[in-house]
Amino acid sequence: MLLIYCPYCQIERAEIEFRCGGEAHIARPSDPEKATDDDWVEFLYMRSNTKGIAAERWRHIHGCGRFFNAVRDTVSDEFLKVYKTGEAKPDLEAIAREAGK
Amino acid sequence: MSDLPASDLITPDAGEAAILGLASVSILKAAPLTRLSFRAREASLKKAGTAFGVALPVKPLTSTTTAKRAALWMGPDEWTLLAPEEDLQAVAVGIEGKLDGEPHALVDVSDRSDAVIVTGERAAWLLNTGIFVDFSLESFPVGTVTRTLFHKSPVMIWRIGPEAFVVEAWGSFMDYVAGLLVQCAQELEAV
Repeated sequence: MLLIYCPYCQIERAEIEFRCGGEAHIARPSDPEKATDDDWVEFLYMRSNTKGIAAERWRHIHGCGRFFNAVRDTVSDEFLKVYKTGEAKPDLEAIAREAGK
Repeated sequence: MSDLPASDLITPDAGEAAILGLASVSILKAAPLTRLSFRAREASLKKAGTAFGVALPVKPLTSTTTAKRAALWMGPDEWTLLAPEEDLQAVAVGIEGKLDGEPHALVDVSDRSDAVIVTGERAAWLLNTGIFVDFSLESFPVGTVTRTLFHKSPVMIWRIGPEAFVVEAWGSFMDYVAGLLVQCAQELEAV
């Protein structure tokens, strides 16, 4: 069973308690009035769909209920780093190098 | 059960027959309670704790109790507050009065869930038939509280004693949870 560390509960829990929330660090247009249709398309639908190391939003829905971010290898399903919502996006290349990918 | 924390709070429902009564594990329906879902920012916690009668825990997965009050950590800004059924009004008014003007949410969820009390030397074993959580006393000491999944139903597990757990599930899910617990316990009868 895959165990995922929740940075809020500070404990590893089974994968079934979590839901993936898609790619992380996608900012909503800061001034919606001025955003063009293309901006909205970019925000709503365009995702990088990375094969390899990717930063994703995850939610501990059957635990504390909070969203957090995780760096995951989408090929091996290995979690390389978890961090709280609001923290800066980590250097994915450095994490990949460290993990020997 | 009188030596357990929150013993005046979590009591078996006198009007209900035991759901399960084996030598090694028993399941009793818990009497109705006041349950409040409380969400607030850090600055309001102290005041809320004073008004409620017990400080709100800030350490993840822990609870604080007095004889008639319990505050359970649900998330970094979310707590479940338990009190006797008749204290609903007093508790709600008391906290709202202290937090006037501060952003917070205090919602009465008393009727959302039902609770059963699972006790006995095989209580942890029985819960583990449907929950992927380590219930050893080292990693899940008395007072630990968490939401998790029991088979397919979201539940809240609160350890109130070395061999005593409160299992809370939404009202309409309780038959499923209690039924599966009883079914799983048949394995104990067989040996």
